[in-house]
Amino acid sequence: MPVEAPPGDAPVGEMESEGASEVVTPGLERQAERAKARQGFLLGLPTIIYLFIFFIIPLGFVVAYSFATRTRSGRTELRDFNLDAYARLGDDIIMTVAWRSLWMSVVTTIICLILAYPLAYFISTRTPAVRNMMLVGVMIPFWSNFLIRTYAWRVLLDSDGLVTQAFEAIGLGDGRILFTSNAVILGLVYGYLPFMVLPLYAAIERIDWSLVEGARDLYASGWAAFRRVVWPLSRPGVIAGSMLVFVPSFGAYVTPAILGGNKEGLLGSYIVLQFLSARNGPVGSAVSVVVLAVMLISTLIYFRSGGKNL
Amino acid sequence: MSKGVAKSTAEPMGASRWLLRGHSAAVFAFFYAPIIVLCVFSFNDSNAVGNWNGFTLDWYGDLFSNKNIKSSIWVSVKVCVFSTLIAVVLGTAAALALERFRWWGQKAFDAVLYLPIIIPDVTMAVMMLVFFSETASWFNWIPGLNLQDGLEKLVFSHVAFNISFVSVVVRARLANLDASMEEAASDLYASRWQTFRRVTLPQIMPGVIGGALMAVTISLDDVVVSSFVSAVGGTPLSVYVFGMLRKGVTPLVNSVSVVMLAASMAFVVASLLISRASGSESEER
Repeated sequence: MPVEAPPGDAPVGEMESEGASEVVTPGLERQAERAKARQGFLLGLPTIIYLFIFFIIPLGFVVAYSFATRTRSGRTELRDFNLDAYARLGDDIIMTVAWRSLWMSVVTTIICLILAYPLAYFISTRTPAVRNMMLVGVMIPFWSNFLIRTYAWRVLLDSDGLVTQAFEAIGLGDGRILFTSNAVILGLVYGYLPFMVLPLYAAIERIDWSLVEGARDLYASGWAAFRRVVWPLSRPGVIAGSMLVFVPSFGAYVTPAILGGNKEGLLGSYIVLQFLSARNGPVGSAVSVVVLAVMLISTLIYFRSGGKNL
Repeated sequence: MSKGVAKSTAEPMGASRWLLRGHSAAVFAFFYAPIIVLCVFSFNDSNAVGNWNGFTLDWYGDLFSNKNIKSSIWVSVKVCVFSTLIAVVLGTAAALALERFRWWGQKAFDAVLYLPIIIPDVTMAVMMLVFFSETASWFNWIPGLNLQDGLEKLVFSHVAFNISFVSVVVRARLANLDASMEEAASDLYASRWQTFRRVTLPQIMPGVIGGALMAVTISLDDVVVSSFVSAVGGTPLSVYVFGMLRKGVTPLVNSVSVVMLAASMAFVVASLLISRASGSESEER
C-alpha cells in the first residue's frame, strides 16, 4: 500500500507524471531501508551489549564510586552519596601531583611536536617507496611493547649505563638523571613520539603542493611559504598529534613507575596508589573522573577544530 | 596528485635540507638505539649492566628454566587466544554494521567504540577493578564461570579494549572496498549469509587478520589493566615482568624483555605487512 510521502520528499513530485507505479516506490524503498537498518542494528547488537556490560557499566561504577562513602576498613560502599572525594581534590598532595602531571605532559607534547614535525615533513616529501619504508619504521615502535621500550631507557640511564658513562666522558657533568622528572619526560617523549609523527604525516601528506608553488611564484621566501601555507594546512595533524600525546602522558603510570623515583608520580600513579595501597576508592575514582574529563575535553577540541577521525 | 610539483617546492634548499635529513636520521636513531642496546646487553656475560664482558646465552637459559615465567607465559597465551577470538568476531560485526548500514543510534555507537582506544590505561584499569569487585557475585550465578582465578576477568577486559582496535582496522579495509560486489551478489539471490561468506569476508580478510594480529599484540603487551584484574598466581607475563622491572636492572630481566619485545615486534610487522600488501593499491588513491 502506498504510504503518503512527506511534504519535503521532492523526488515523488518530480516523478508524478511517469505513472502511478512510481508513486509506490518511496514507500517500498522506505520499508526496505527500514529492514536494512534493522539488520545493521542486529549485526551491531552483540558488540553494543558487550560494550554496554564491560565498558559503559564499569564507567558508571567509577562515576558512582567517586560519590560513594568509604568505610573505616577501606571498603567503598555505594550509599550516602556525597561530594567529599571531590572536595579532597583541592588537597595540597593532589594539587601538586596534578600540576606536575600537567606541566610534564605539556612539556612532553611540545618536545614531541618539535621532534616529530620535521620528521613527518621529511617522510611525506619522499618517493612512495621510501615513504612506506619510513612509515613502517615509525609504526614498529608505535605498536610494540611499551613497557619494554621504557625499560630499555632504564638500562641506558642506570648508574653504570651507557648514557651516564657518555655524559661523564664528554664532561657534561653528572649524567645520572634516572629517577628524576627529566628521566620521566624523556621516557614519555620516547614512548609517545610515534603518536605525534603519524597524524602529522597524514596531515602534511594531504597538502596540495601547488599552493606552496603558487606562494613561491608570488615571491614568498621558503620560510614564509611554510609559515603561511604548510603550517596552517597541517594544523589538524598538529592538534590530533598533540591530543594523542597529551592525554596518555597526563594519566601516565608505567613510565614514572620505571624511570621516576618516589617523588615523580603522575596522576596515573596517584590513582593506582589510591586503589591498591591507600584503599581509598572514592578519591581514586574522583581523580579518574578528572582524567576522563580532560580526555573528553581534548577530544572535543580535536573534533571542533575540524578533525574527522582518529 | 601533484607529486611532480612536490619535489621542487617541498624540499628546502641548502643547509636546511641537510638539517632536515640529519634530524630525521637522529629521530630514527632515538627510536631504535635503546632497543638495540637492550638486545646487545642481554647477551652480556656480566652481572653489571654497563660493561661488556663477553658473549653468553646463560640469561636465556635461566629464562626458560624459570618456573614463574613459564606459568605466566601460559596465562598470557590463553588470555590472548580467547580475547582475540572474541574481539575479532565482535569487532568485525561492528565494523560491518557501521560501514555498510545506516541505523538509529549508529553515531552514538561509533563514538563509544572509539573511547577504549583513547581512554588512559589507568582509567580503564580502575573501571575493570571496580566493576568486577561489585559484580563478582552476579557473575558467579553463571554456570561454568569462575572469576576467582582471574583468567575470565582478563579475557573480558582485554576483549573490551580490543574490539575497538579490530573494528578500526576492518573498517579501514571496508571503506576502501566497493560495495557493488556485495550488491551484485544479493541481486543474484544470494542470502545475506552467503553474500557475507562468499563475497564480503574474502575481501575483508586481510583487514580481519591484520586486526587480529593487532589484538594479539595489544593483549600480550597490556600491563596496567591486566595488573588490576589478574589474581595472585594467575598473572600474565607482562604483569610478572613489570614487577621484575620495577625492582631494577638484572641480566635475567634483560633477556625476558628482549623475548617479549621480539614477539611483540614480530606480530606488529606481520600485521603491517598483511594490511599493507593488500591495501597498498587502494590506499594510493
